[in-house]
Amino acid sequence: MAGKAAARSQAERLFAAFRTEGAVPVEADILQPAEVLLDLYGEDIRARAFVTTDPLRGEMMLRPDFTVPVVQMHMSHGAEPARYCYMGEVFRRQEHLDGRATEYFQAGYEVFDRDDPTGADAEVFALFARMLAPLSLRAATGDLAILMAAVRGLNTLPTRKAALLRHIWRPRRFRALLDRYGAQRPARTLPAASEAPLIGLRSGPEIAARLDALAEDAATPPISAEEVALLDDLLDLSAPSITALAHLRDLTRALPSIALAVDRMARRLDALAARGVDIDRLAFEASHGRTTLEYYDGFVFSFHAADPTLPPVASGGRYDAMTAVLGQGRSIPAVGGVIRPGLVADLGGVTC
Amino acid sequence: MLKIGVPSKGRLMEQCADWFAVRGLRLVRTGNDREYACAMEGIDGVEPVLLSAGEITRELAAGRIHLGVTGQDLVRDKLADWAAQVEELAPMGFGHADLVIAVPTAWVDVETLDDLDAVAAAFRRTHGHRLRIATKYHRLVHDFLRAAGVADYQLVDSQGATEGTIRNLTAEAIADITSSGETLRANHLKLLADGVILQSQATLYAAHAAPWDDPTRAALARLKAKLGLA
Repeated sequence: MAGKAAARSQAERLFAAFRTEGAVPVEADILQPAEVLLDLYGEDIRARAFVTTDPLRGEMMLRPDFTVPVVQMHMSHGAEPARYCYMGEVFRRQEHLDGRATEYFQAGYEVFDRDDPTGADAEVFALFARMLAPLSLRAATGDLAILMAAVRGLNTLPTRKAALLRHIWRPRRFRALLDRYGAQRPARTLPAASEAPLIGLRSGPEIAARLDALAEDAATPPISAEEVALLDDLLDLSAPSITALAHLRDLTRALPSIALAVDRMARRLDALAARGVDIDRLAFEASHGRTTLEYYDGFVFSFHAADPTLPPVASGGRYDAMTAVLGQGRSIPAVGGVIRPGLVADLGGVTC
Repeated sequence: MLKIGVPSKGRLMEQCADWFAVRGLRLVRTGNDREYACAMEGIDGVEPVLLSAGEITRELAAGRIHLGVTGQDLVRDKLADWAAQVEELAPMGFGHADLVIAVPTAWVDVETLDDLDAVAAAFRRTHGHRLRIATKYHRLVHDFLRAAGVADYQLVDSQGATEGTIRNLTAEAIADITSSGETLRANHLKLLADGVILQSQATLYAAHAAPWDDPTRAALARLKAKLGLA
């Protein structure tokens, strides 16, 4: 494995290449406020952040990535549109003795641009593809917005849709919920009240509200087998982008809710092709990105080495919703990605 | 010398001594009875080391003892990637304890992890923070809930009197060791139907990191033969 010096020097080359593209270099503190930011990453990183205590600022964590702090900085005083780049180490606890690094370099590029989001998606992906081209990596793409639109379009209770959306990033629980909502099943019989005293913060009205919700759910017909089959079809979709797009266009007839998201995908593919990406061969998986960072909500991508035990060499995606969370009412379409310079160096390095 | 960590106190120590005695090996105190020194009779080359169960787990990981008797709950919670650090030689049939998730009995709408997950989502919307689960078994509970796809909870540390945390409003649910469920019921708590995280018992472990050489490997082979593990 490449040493720290090799990783740093590769990071500097990538960083310089991002600056050549016109990105403004930014820094992020190594110590970040844990309580505010940790929630945005999702379960995996939440459990793997190094958290410590500052006597004045409370719980702090060693930054697990740059994207969240960069978004926070942009939303508090950034001008639009903006392109940022950064490099530095990130810190993640590892729970297995397989030698995965607990601190490693990232070099990243983030675009905040409301005029042409699909163009920005293509810009980031094509830039990464060009920079990493000498390594002959395998690229994979996906689009969480299509999946989310399909769920929002289901003909069922809003509470069911909310539950499914909440578990987009936990495929097993998502599957279990979908199976449950799609099955005709006997209503549960629950006691209306208990003799036991009510202890704790959760109140009687909260319990009553949930009982009502359960009753409403039990009285609602299951999600139709046709809709479940369509969703399954979508979840399983894995094909070269052009083939995938044609398939999604077909699906749109039965799932009109995904039409807008599929149009965006078509425009993105045009923009990618215009930037020289071979979209006939570019892999698209509708479920790609479902087990990574929870802030992605649109286009997602990753670049992988041939060795399947290695983490992705680069990854990224669109995270429009997070800008709204950190923008306190304001939001801006944003997309970006990171490269792991240490892995790039291991694979022979790139000169950019 | 093959060093074997054995519990230094109480019921666990007695049961451990009984377990070895049945197999023809006697753990005997040496020196005066306040002195933590001990020998194993009936076999050569094995030196018992009296330690608390928590220390045995730690010493196994560090490789300062070759073997040790401790609870599966401690090994699986305290050691990252436990199976890469120690090997389970024999479950010993005592020290039974179940690590379970429990919620207030008054939560009539909660019977399963599925319910807990749904309640966690609603709780967070209502109260503005995640549903808190008090426990001292952070790794086991987190891994279990993650595998089950439960979200919107947070673990809060509780090193004792965990059942009281809900009444004290420092947690909404708990994950703790129970052997009979008596304490849970007395504190108006109930188990979730699918909330058993681990059924633990005292277990004889071997440490991968210990300095294994020919004499200690030979002593292990003799011990295994005595214990019927060969």
